[in-house]
Amino acid sequence: MSDQHSGVQVGRWARGLPAAFLVGWALLALAAPWLPLTPDAVDLPGILASPGPGSLLGNDDLGRPILDRLLVGARIAFVVSFGVVALSATIGVLVGGIGAFAGGWVDLLLVRLIDVFLAFPGILLAIALAGILGPGIDNLILALSATGWVGYARLTRAQILTLKERDHVLAARALGVGPGRILLRHLLPLALAPLIVEATFGIAGVVVAEAGLSFLGLGVQPPQASWGSMIREGVGYMLVAPHLVLAPGIAIALVVFAVNLLGDRLRDWLDVRQSE
Amino acid sequence: MFSLLLTRLVSALVVVLGVCTLVFLLIHLVPGDPVEAMLGENAQLADREALRQALGLDRPLGQQYLEYLQRLARLDLGLSFQDRRPVAAILGERLPATLELTLAALALALTLALPLGVLAARHRGSPLDTGAMSLSLVGISIPNFWLGPLLILVFSLWLGWTPVSGREGPASLILPALTLGTGMAAILARMVRGSILEVLGEDYVRTARAKGLSERRVLWGHALRNAWLPILTLIGLQLGGLLGGAVITETVFAWPGVGSLLVEAIQSRDYPVVQACVLLVSLSYVLVNTLTDLVYSWVDPRIHWRS
Repeated sequence: MSDQHSGVQVGRWARGLPAAFLVGWALLALAAPWLPLTPDAVDLPGILASPGPGSLLGNDDLGRPILDRLLVGARIAFVVSFGVVALSATIGVLVGGIGAFAGGWVDLLLVRLIDVFLAFPGILLAIALAGILGPGIDNLILALSATGWVGYARLTRAQILTLKERDHVLAARALGVGPGRILLRHLLPLALAPLIVEATFGIAGVVVAEAGLSFLGLGVQPPQASWGSMIREGVGYMLVAPHLVLAPGIAIALVVFAVNLLGDRLRDWLDVRQSE
Repeated sequence: MFSLLLTRLVSALVVVLGVCTLVFLLIHLVPGDPVEAMLGENAQLADREALRQALGLDRPLGQQYLEYLQRLARLDLGLSFQDRRPVAAILGERLPATLELTLAALALALTLALPLGVLAARHRGSPLDTGAMSLSLVGISIPNFWLGPLLILVFSLWLGWTPVSGREGPASLILPALTLGTGMAAILARMVRGSILEVLGEDYVRTARAKGLSERRVLWGHALRNAWLPILTLIGLQLGGLLGGAVITETVFAWPGVGSLLVEAIQSRDYPVVQACVLLVSLSYVLVNTLTDLVYSWVDPRIHWRS
């Protein structure tokens, strides 16, 4: 079963690469406020400057250093993706767990709610919600979490349904342990492995979604730098200064690639069956 | 069979009603006053009240909801704030472009993903498998709002082969379809591979091998025929990603479809149009998935017995 998913085999030395890259991303993101970055510093003579010694990745259309903006964008991508995954996993686990554990009409109602949210294709609901809520990072997190919890809810529900008839749960119930405690202490720990895998892939999904919404102008607002808005601003200068679009795009692709590799490996390691 | 059909239809109807309700609440649950958002903070009180009355926002929520459902049942989507035309007419103008784009992308994704996935599963663990799956992982990692501009840069600006944007002539379809289709192909190839591998572990495949059939007959005659149904369901589900991705791809290429209409409507705060776009796209997604569900149970006899 496990080798069914490990389509990508890499050398031993390369195995730690995605994890190392992601740790680097996290450290940069967390340290960004203390780094001497000047993402909004306008350098008029250096407008659209190519990468060079003065400015490692060149300057954008207002002469702002792309490297600095890239690092600030890394922080935003990090904060938004971990915020959204934490928030939506919490909501999803609660909804799915309560539904499966309570059963009856509560479960039926929650399943219908999940079905309705699943009926909105892909990022569509997040786009509409972010558009109506208005721009800003907090609204971005809200919009993406409002659509992101469904996957976790469905997964948790399926897990709890198969687990709740296990002997140790019956034993705990016979001993008079309350339902909340059974859910948290006896059921969720066993359902954790697939949730961790889902959350890992979720990080990649949110990084792309945040950049996508910011690309559409619905997320992070100028002058603040986000990978998506950097691509949006760079598109008009592609012929003269392709590095405006290339740099943030490569950053997104690398992070998503590393997270997906890590997710694949986690899934093999935890031996979780592909959920869909 | 009939009772199964009925159950599926009823649950689809419940979902449709839920989608309509959520789209209604989308406008009403949002903090802040939609009228103020539309007119700006400096608008006169009288103007605000007039607009509020015209939109029916001064009536109780329950009454507004019922009226909204009644209008939907008559396929009346209201008037656009922006150009005062019926929203249904605007959608009608934009729909063909989106249909064309999604169908082209879907066709491209299938022609890429099916052979790739089947071959990767057939030669599991070989360099072919590793190569195909690495390629698909790269494809998944490249967002379409980046791939699109890159393709424009290479094929439109440097080589001059295709138009930069817009929808004029068949050549203008190439880049948007490539952008949208390759991303879906990357995801689909992995899923096709998974479905085939799952089927290859079944007893009837072992039987087919045991009776001496060639590996080719086993794969194409026995495994693929049985893997078709899960693959069909996957395609139905992936259509969601395609429709969501179409919003961004259409914006990148200024493709005049429903997706770019949604983004324009959000920017001009044209709420009736926003509502209608979300409704149209979601309901077609529900329709397609209900259909694949029904086809699945119609083709696979085991499902009749279970019901």
